[in-house]
Amino acid sequence: MTRLILQRLVQMALIMVFASFVIFAIFDTDEFKRKLAVAELGGFGVAALSEEAYANWLAQKGLDVPFHERYAQWVGDVLQGDFGHSFEKNRAVGPLLAERLWNTAILAFWVFALMIPLGLLVGILAGMNEGSPRDRALSFVAVFTTSIPEIATAILLTVVFALGLGWLPAKAAMIQGFDPWQLVLPVLTLVLYAFGYLARMTRASMAEVMTQPYIRTAILKGLPYRRVILGHALRNALIAPFTIIVLQLNWLLSGVVVVEVFFEYNGFGRLLLEAALFGDVYVIQAATLVAVAVAVTSQLVSDIGYTFLNPRIRFGA
Amino acid sequence: MSTTLERPTRPSLLARLENPKAVIGLVLLMWLPLTLYVMAPRLLGSLHDVVLLPAIPATLLLYTLAVRAFRGSTVAVIGLSLVFFWLLMAVSAPYLPLIDPNRPIAPFTPPLTEARDHFFWLGTDMRGRDLLSRAIWGCQRVLVWGVTATTVAYVIGTTFGLVAGYFAGWWDEVISFASNVLLSFPVMVLFIVILTYLGPSGLNIIVAVTVASAPAIMRIVRGLTLDIKTRDYVFAAQTRGEHPIYVMLIELLPNVRGPIIVDACLRLGYTTVAITTLTFLGLGLQPPDPDWGLMIREAARSAMLWQFSYMLLVPALAVSSLILGFNLMADGLRELSLRD
Repeated sequence: MTRLILQRLVQMALIMVFASFVIFAIFDTDEFKRKLAVAELGGFGVAALSEEAYANWLAQKGLDVPFHERYAQWVGDVLQGDFGHSFEKNRAVGPLLAERLWNTAILAFWVFALMIPLGLLVGILAGMNEGSPRDRALSFVAVFTTSIPEIATAILLTVVFALGLGWLPAKAAMIQGFDPWQLVLPVLTLVLYAFGYLARMTRASMAEVMTQPYIRTAILKGLPYRRVILGHALRNALIAPFTIIVLQLNWLLSGVVVVEVFFEYNGFGRLLLEAALFGDVYVIQAATLVAVAVAVTSQLVSDIGYTFLNPRIRFGA
Repeated sequence: MSTTLERPTRPSLLARLENPKAVIGLVLLMWLPLTLYVMAPRLLGSLHDVVLLPAIPATLLLYTLAVRAFRGSTVAVIGLSLVFFWLLMAVSAPYLPLIDPNRPIAPFTPPLTEARDHFFWLGTDMRGRDLLSRAIWGCQRVLVWGVTATTVAYVIGTTFGLVAGYFAGWWDEVISFASNVLLSFPVMVLFIVILTYLGPSGLNIIVAVTVASAPAIMRIVRGLTLDIKTRDYVFAAQTRGEHPIYVMLIELLPNVRGPIIVDACLRLGYTTVAITTLTFLGLGLQPPDPDWGLMIREAARSAMLWQFSYMLLVPALAVSSLILGFNLMADGLRELSLRD
């Protein structure tokens, strides 16, 4: 067990080192640096930047040293919490990123708070009797909601609830301070898209458990059906969904981009896109690094949790 | 035993077409002209106006064949019908009586009304361009770029998967580590990083989709290969002294096909969503040609009102129906493959 966790930790560290290298290397090209120089020094564009001014700027920023030194410098700064400076927003990247991540965390909290009970409930109800009309109906709903892309779900919800009925605000820009009503549509969009996957995985796991001999024994020895489900089936059926739930965090970091942009919610995804469209290199580097760190950590938690929950693996390895 | 001799009847056209060669031929007849039409219109020269004509009967024949092959699953037939509806729209768009999709006529015309001598079934957008025409022309770009990107991702992912699974050892170590690194990026983050680095365009979307999906495909193929390479027929081929490339292409590849086809249907859906979403975000295909993501982007900026909501709904429903088609097709195929 300890060995497995250590092995995983080493693997995760290796992936982080490699990923950070890739992220640093692809944005450390001459082209991006010239753009940055123009943004800082002012001027009419990359073509008008003289070689001399560019060389001076590089020297002033300490960027004229060899690549590996710059990389080491960047990693050192990042480890100390210094993520550089955003040119578009004209402020330090660290606090900016923290602020946006907090907003996305609020969104993610509500998404998980709704998605987990809904997905598990639908999955368990469908998987209890595989092939029954209830299973077919619930499975169809799960496939259907997952098949509609987030952008389309966002549009449908906005048109009906914001533009048509006028019950909810159409945007979540939160210009006049935090307003929980503005969160409803983004959260609903993400939940509708994501719960179907969890429900399908829970259903598959539940359906498999229900075919096991010990369930048949429990039924045959006359236990009430409720106790068979709650006491015997669920314990084993929920191991696989647990890993899925943790891994959904990785998906959520992708999913929030389009939802945050559509609803103009000031979260991590919108920050990343704005930085990408502007060419705000330090923001892209920092945001990507954080995204990878979150994804790798959730992978680790999911793996360790799985081993912990499933004794067959814990003692087998 | 009955002794009556049956007079040999000529098999019907459909029955004769039910073999892999004919199906591949039909797919090429449908797909090559469409790809050229969308990606390299200048290359076609004077053929430009007629090149898609033979693709229309090819599409219809393929649809009939597919329905016959998958008639055991209602879900698969519904999915097929949705996908083939858009395929048919894509190949026949130039010959349908549509208004030019880029021509501004009467801005903000609601659906089912006539304005300036034109009847608009689905209304017009804020620049007065016909939405019906834009929705139908838009599916061409989404389908062509989506399918091409997925195909490229599959070719590369499968190659690496076969190599990693068959040679094992340090080939496997290196390929698996590289794919683990790529898989640790959230997909949309990876797309944004790649498209920022390369710049937004159709070709770069192919690169981005390949980098993002090839690792996952490689994992599936690698797993299947590790299982299949212990079979007797693989040993037989190795003992005969066949070249590794022969073993991989002739012995292994045909046997990993089944699970991959289901995965490909799902992945076609993901890619279509990704292209639409990236275009909506401003990182994908560029204006002014019609495209669903672009239609959403333009409408979301300037028409956020109840009376103009049709501008958002048309592209949203179009893309949803296509994705639903791919997903139902994958579900039906899985159901059918489990039944055998």
